[in-house]
This record gives sequence, C-alpha cells and structure tokens, in this order.
Amino acid sequence: MKQFRSMAYPYMIWAFVLIVVPMLMILLYAFTNKGNDVATIQFTLANFTRFFTDDVFMSVLGRSLFIAVLTTVICVILGYPIAYVIAQKGEKSSVFWILLITLPTWINMLVRTYAWMGILQDGGVINTFLGWFGIPPITMIHTSFAVVLGMVYNFIPFMILQIHASLTKMDKSFLEAASDLGANRLEAFLRVTLPLSLPGVISGITLVFLPAVSCFFIPKLLGGGQFVLIGNIIETEFLTTGNWNFGSAISLAMAVIIMFSMYLTKKVDTDKDRGNV
Amino acid sequence: MMHENKTGVFGKILLACTAIFFYAPIVYIILFSFNESRSLTNFTGFSLQWYEKMFADSSMMESVFYTVVIAVLATIVSTIVGTVTAIGLSKSKKVVRGVVEQVSNLPVLNPEIVTAIGLLMFFSAWGVKKGFMTLLLAHIMFCIPYVMLSVTPKLRSLDPNLADAALDLGATPVQALIKVIVPQIMPGIISGALIAFTMSFDDFVISYFVTGNGVNNISIMVYTMSKRVNPSINALSALVIVMITTVLLIVNVIPVIKEKKRRKTI
Repeated sequence: MKQFRSMAYPYMIWAFVLIVVPMLMILLYAFTNKGNDVATIQFTLANFTRFFTDDVFMSVLGRSLFIAVLTTVICVILGYPIAYVIAQKGEKSSVFWILLITLPTWINMLVRTYAWMGILQDGGVINTFLGWFGIPPITMIHTSFAVVLGMVYNFIPFMILQIHASLTKMDKSFLEAASDLGANRLEAFLRVTLPLSLPGVISGITLVFLPAVSCFFIPKLLGGGQFVLIGNIIETEFLTTGNWNFGSAISLAMAVIIMFSMYLTKKVDTDKDRGNV
Repeated sequence: MMHENKTGVFGKILLACTAIFFYAPIVYIILFSFNESRSLTNFTGFSLQWYEKMFADSSMMESVFYTVVIAVLATIVSTIVGTVTAIGLSKSKKVVRGVVEQVSNLPVLNPEIVTAIGLLMFFSAWGVKKGFMTLLLAHIMFCIPYVMLSVTPKLRSLDPNLADAALDLGATPVQALIKVIVPQIMPGIISGALIAFTMSFDDFVISYFVTGNGVNNISIMVYTMSKRVNPSINALSALVIVMITTVLLIVNVIPVIKEKKRRKTI
C-alpha cells in the first residue's frame, strides 16, 4: 500500500511552513533585538534579562502562576467528586451527565465568560439575589475571585471528562477483591480507586493548567483592565506596544515554564507508580 | 458492591449544583437578550429590540457572516487534508508518522497565544495582508490536527487486507480509497469535521491575533464590545448558542433518522 504514502507529503510541507517556521520565528525574535537585519543579525539575551529582572513583570508572572495553580487545585477538588458520582451511576444516566458537561464546552468560551460579567456585577444577579435576604452587595467583578471563577467555569469540564474516563476504564473486580480482602469502602477507595484514577487526574491537570496560565480574555473581562496576567502582557506587546522581540521572549519563557511544570507533574506520577511496585 | 448504582444525597446535590453552575450563565444570557431595558440585572419585560439592533448593526452581521464562512471553508479544507494525510501517514514508516504527528500536535499542545503570535509574525514576515486569507489559513492550520486525531484511530482498526483485496480485484488506488477505505472511516471523518467546525466557529485567541482590516469574527466582536454595557451582545451570544446547539442536534439526530429509515426499507 506504499502508493498511498505520498498522500501525506503535501501536509508535511504545510506543517513545516505553518507550524515549524512560526515556532522558529518566535525563537529568533526572542533572542534578537528590535530592528535587526538579516545581514547584521546579533543575538542577545537582553529580552530575557529585562523580563526576569523587572519587579513588575515578575509579580505578574507570580500572580499568573498563582491563579493558574489555584484554578487547577479547585478543578481537581470539585472535579473529582463530580466525576466520581457520575462514574457510579448506571450507564444511561452516566452518558446523559457526561453529555450535559460536554455541551457547554462546545459553546464559545468568550460568550460564556461574558455572561458571568452580568452575573457577578455589583448590581448583578447574585447581588440582587443576596439583596432579597438583606445581605449587602459584595464586590465580585474585577477581583481575583471573579477571574478564578471564570477559569474554573471554562476549564473544569476538561478535568471532569479526564477523571471520568479513567474511572470508567478501571477494572471493577479490583474493588471486589479489595472488599473480599477485608477493606472497607474508604480503604478500597484510597488504595485502589484513587491510585488507578491518577493518570486521569494528571492529564486533567495538564488540560486545565495550560490554558489557565496563558489565558488573557478571562482576566480582561472578569478582572478588568487593571488585572494583568502574563497573557495580557503578551497581548499588549504584540498588539499595542509592537515590541515583538520582547513579546516573543515572554511567550518563550511562559512556554518553558509550562513545559517544565508538565514534566514535574508527569514525573511525580511515574515516581509514585514505581514506589507502589 | 451493593451501593454501586445508587447516588447518595450528597451526590445528588453535587450534580444539581454542577448543572446549575454550567447552565445558569447560558440561560441568563438567553433570557436577558429578550429584556426590554438596557439593564443586565432587572428583567423589565419582553422585547425583541436587541435582536432588531443586532440585525441592523452591519459590523455585527458581518462578523456572523465571516464566522460562518470561515468555519465552513476551514471545515471542508481541513477535513479533506486531514483525512488524506492520516491515510497517507498510516501507510508511512513509523518514524515519519511519529515526527509528523508530533509536529501536527504542536498547536494542540501549545498555549493558543503562542501559536497565535507565531502565525502573526509569520504572516507579516511574508508581507501577507492581515484579513480574510490569514484568518482562513490559520483556522485550517489549527483544525487539521483535530481531524487527524479523530480519523487516525479509525484507520488503525481498519483491516489492511481490505484495500489490498480491492487492488487485487482490479480497483485503481483511487477507487480502493474512495470505495473501500473512506466509507469505513466515515464516522471518524464526520466527528473530525464536527470538531473542526466548532473549533473554528468558537475560536478567539488565534483569530484575534491574525486578523485585521476590519475582518472580525463573533468572538472578536464580543471581546471588543464587552467593554461597555450593550445588550446587543446578549442577542449575538444567544444567536451563537442557538446556532451551535442546532449544529450539534443535526449531527446527532441525522444518524438516528437514517438508521430508522434503513430499518424501514429492510
């Protein structure tokens, strides 16, 4: 069937031009100065020194990582029980609930985030509701709370779906074996279900953390103009300031940090496996 | 396990809260798109004025037009290219397949904003004018991996002897492809096309960076307009929700109807 091989060739060229070349351009821009010519190109680390020595940028980076970690932790804490309860259900209602959770993810993220603006506003739905009980309005919009809420809302489906998939893949006879050997429900959960569902949790973490670090429209919409995360800085550098070299350096730094944290998460997972054996 | 299929009180409350959490914003936005006043909090009465305003707003209507046209074109091209490539790769050497799949997954694994700025700099380096073409190229680019990801597993479970048999029986490679391979991987192609369509239809980050010259899609429209209160955005949002839900319903219902018809004719 070798005659079909050539069918992949056009895409190989396309992938090189539209995927590899742009990535190389980010590298090139990150390590060069503005206004460089091809003939007189000079490499520099100035973009990275500027980023990593500036207090403002470092506090933004710190805040971005904090918000992303917080979002990820909340998604695990809320997502795990939800996935677990769904996995315990019979097949039909399990399919129904998974569909119910998947459906919103098909709807435009921006539209769903915009909806929260109206709900969280000072005179918004939640505060009006609280007002009926005589509770004074709480400022929610333009706070970290609103940003984390928006991120959890947008990204938690990925977590639930991953954990649910790993829970349903699990061999139920392990649980029977555990109870035959005298484990109670809690023990069986902690020593059988939880370790076996960890791969799902890990891939869920990856799917939540990655967009949470780099997202820029959720902080803009729900955090307001003053709430700056790393994604907002990249947006400004590219679309307002026009310093592509510096913007590329920040993006590269962000991508490396993300890759490194993914590597750490995966390593914790595999080390645990080894420890158990 | 006696308790296996029972959901406790805690589980029921948890699921109810989950459903409310996911759907409250969607219901809210549809409800308030019919509000009579500008208020986003008090529902003062039913009116269609925001829809009228939306349909009268030419930049909003243009964004809907561009979103649909780009999504349809990107879906068609990426489904064809993705399927053809996946078939080609399935017959290629393992090393080649591995490398191409890795590269092709980069846009899926990378933060969207990184892909977006890469494309932005790429297009400007070649002097391509930002606008419809750059938007379309970018959408095709990020849709193809999703098509390949849903077609490849179907190809793996395909019996390689079938295509060989077709060739032995005198079919040309093209005939073997269209009459034997494609029909068998059709479910993968369709779900790939569906993912591509919604990915393109909903995309914001990449579109926002690579477009220009007044070519906006719905997401960009919502983003730029959300800075001030404008209930027309609610109408636009409701329109988006209805459109995507309709597409999902059609895609999920058609196979059921077909199956029923098939049974009737038998």
